[in-house]
Amino acid sequence: MRSPFATAIAISVGLILLIGYFLPIGLLGQLPQILLNWGVSLAGVAGLVAILNLVGVHWRKARAPRDRDGYSPLFIVAFLLTFVAGLVLGPTHPVYQRVVTSIQVPIEASLMGVVAISLTYASIRLFQRRSGMMPYIFVISTIVFLLILSGLLSIGGNLPLIGGLVSFINRLPLAGARGILLGVALGSLTAGLRILMAADRPYSG
Amino acid sequence: MNLQSVLGLVLVFLCAGLMFVFALPQVSRRVRTFRPMPAFQKLRRAIGVSVEQGLRLHISLGKSSINSPTGASALAGLGMLERIARSSSLSDRPPVATSGDGTLAILSQDTLKAGYRLSNAIEMYDPDRGRLAGPTPMSYIAGTLPVTYGEHVSTHLLVGNFGPEVALLTEAAEQQQALTLAASDSLSAQAVLYATSQEPLIGEELFAVPAYLQAGAMHQASLRAQDVLRLLLIAGLIGGAILTLVGIL
Repeated sequence: MRSPFATAIAISVGLILLIGYFLPIGLLGQLPQILLNWGVSLAGVAGLVAILNLVGVHWRKARAPRDRDGYSPLFIVAFLLTFVAGLVLGPTHPVYQRVVTSIQVPIEASLMGVVAISLTYASIRLFQRRSGMMPYIFVISTIVFLLILSGLLSIGGNLPLIGGLVSFINRLPLAGARGILLGVALGSLTAGLRILMAADRPYSG
Repeated sequence: MNLQSVLGLVLVFLCAGLMFVFALPQVSRRVRTFRPMPAFQKLRRAIGVSVEQGLRLHISLGKSSINSPTGASALAGLGMLERIARSSSLSDRPPVATSGDGTLAILSQDTLKAGYRLSNAIEMYDPDRGRLAGPTPMSYIAGTLPVTYGEHVSTHLLVGNFGPEVALLTEAAEQQQALTLAASDSLSAQAVLYATSQEPLIGEELFAVPAYLQAGAMHQASLRAQDVLRLLLIAGLIGGAILTLVGIL
């Protein structure tokens, strides 16, 4: 049995925000903003708690009697160095910014390089994994859009037939994306309403 | 109050009304089955196998904050997490949840706790099983990779908001010969997951996960409400197109 107190708070805050969004009149216009500001502050505190929990997890992994994780001590040292430097210099200090971005940016760029290779490999493997026409459609559409986005077909863009065809092909993903996003929006609406009806309670209470 | 607000309110009330009607026992008894989806059949089997073989389920909830516009996908993931925590709480290796946002990590711990409490196994709850893997998209994926390689995971459930970098996670799971069922609200992630995961879910199928896992009557009712609203939207779009062609709009 979950706490009815937590459920009541969740439902009433949700209702105030929903009504305040559609009817921003008088107190209903101000109250949602106050509640949202509290939410942002609480989210910041939750972020800090979660990061401390992450450090705790790595501390226990580094000291585990078996299956000890070799990367966990590295994580703890890097975290402490970054945290202390951030406290001493401040997160906007140019030296601090330069050190952090000099490490973060090359690592993230190289990871994106690995993603590109993984995706190329996965596209080839798609023929093994899925049967039917879909792998062919996937690969052909990938090649077509790579060609269009490369600007190669823009040379013939002024010709009536090619220009019209390129414009039509460019609209296809927009139409598909709109259909998918409409479905996602409806799903989001029902997910929110389930919280308001207390059918979904992502909290123990 | 402008027309947009009125239409928004009508949509919210219509959706709530439909969910309420479909959740009534007389109505829900009449229409019971959903279309069979192989992904969910495999998922149910994978949950059973992981409990039997003492392997772990990994639930990746994505990088979306709960107070962002993409927070609904995280809510769907949390709904699934609770259901899985309840069904696999007695496993030798209980499920582990990773997330890329602090609030989501705290909520995942709380959801796991609720799942264990509802299974009367609260003494087995371990807060380390719901953890923040990294606060930025790349660090989240980098922080999740060790779970893939070193925690005896047999099935990965990726439900939430991801970017194209999720390919690194699905690739690692593939190398470990683990099953991956993935759903995201992000279009770029859906395209990547279609190519890299074994069981991708497209579009609103993300929100169907708890209903297919029998999370409750309201989840199933909300799925039916979505279907009705989708039909209404399609009718509205076609009607609008015809009226534009005729020259009325």
